[in-house]
Amino acid sequence: MTDAPLDPGERSSIIRDSLGVGVATGAYGVGFGAVSVASGLSVAQTCALSFFVFTGASQFALVGVIASGGAPVSGALTAMLLGTRNTLYGLRLAPLLAWRGWRRALAAQVLIDESTAMSVTRETTPAARLGFLTTGVSVFVLWNLATLAGAVAGNSIGDPRTYGLDAAVGAAFLALLWPRLKSRRNRLVAVAAAAVALGTVPVVPAGVPVLAAAAVALLAGVLTRDGETR
Amino acid sequence: MTWVAVGITGVACYLLKLAGLSVPPRVLERPLVERIADFIPVALLAALIAVQVFSHGHSLAIDARAVGLAVAVVLLVLRAPFLVVVFGAALVAALVRLV
Repeated sequence: MTDAPLDPGERSSIIRDSLGVGVATGAYGVGFGAVSVASGLSVAQTCALSFFVFTGASQFALVGVIASGGAPVSGALTAMLLGTRNTLYGLRLAPLLAWRGWRRALAAQVLIDESTAMSVTRETTPAARLGFLTTGVSVFVLWNLATLAGAVAGNSIGDPRTYGLDAAVGAAFLALLWPRLKSRRNRLVAVAAAAVALGTVPVVPAGVPVLAAAAVALLAGVLTRDGETR
Repeated sequence: MTWVAVGITGVACYLLKLAGLSVPPRVLERPLVERIADFIPVALLAALIAVQVFSHGHSLAIDARAVGLAVAVVLLVLRAPFLVVVFGAALVAALVRLV
């Protein structure tokens, strides 16, 4: 890892790209805010999720489980399982970002899909830090503002079912899943997981079918080998 | 209960992020762990879609939400942006309920 300073051209190009990602991603927050209040959470709970949880898929998962009548604790477990991928991003980024102490503790909150994507390919620590922080902070600010806007709007329109917002939850999950379905292995896992979830819906408490589907991920991980074609 | 879940999720998701930046890589960087971690979002998101769209309480159901999901598929194939997919699905589901 080198610590060569950034030249101005590289610097402004990293900032421009990162802000672009920040704006595009932050805007999704409107969708989250609207879906969350439609699922029965209050505006305050919705905003607290975006501020403290701040990892989109986990937030959608928690409100999705609650919307389907599941126990909040099942929702929290599902959200945590989805949050484990941020741990793996951190492992990749730790040597590149090379932060310690309170800087690392603060940076951790904005360790998400987008900040990882905009920093993991950089060749120097200053470039990686700039991409990580510009993306992470801009997504954080805009995601939280957009969440509030979506939650307030969603809360003031009455029964969310009239506007089809209950259908928006499934669409949001599908949009998050979509890029991963390019791999055949992932498509098999997705179909098996959906089958396990629907098969267990009639017989276990709400919220548990989604957790049961996590077993498919475990099984698939054990059964596949490295180097297999995707 | 919902506030408790919000609190637990917030603390846990933060610690998961911090752990990645703090734990020595050799502890977690194993092929099996990485494969399972790659599959977990796929399995959970697929299960969430299935339950969210095709169940009602403890029974399975096909209604306006399924039409919304089909619209989402079409929009994703057409490479529509996230918000268009989400609100497009909602709009069509709402229209289906009207008729």
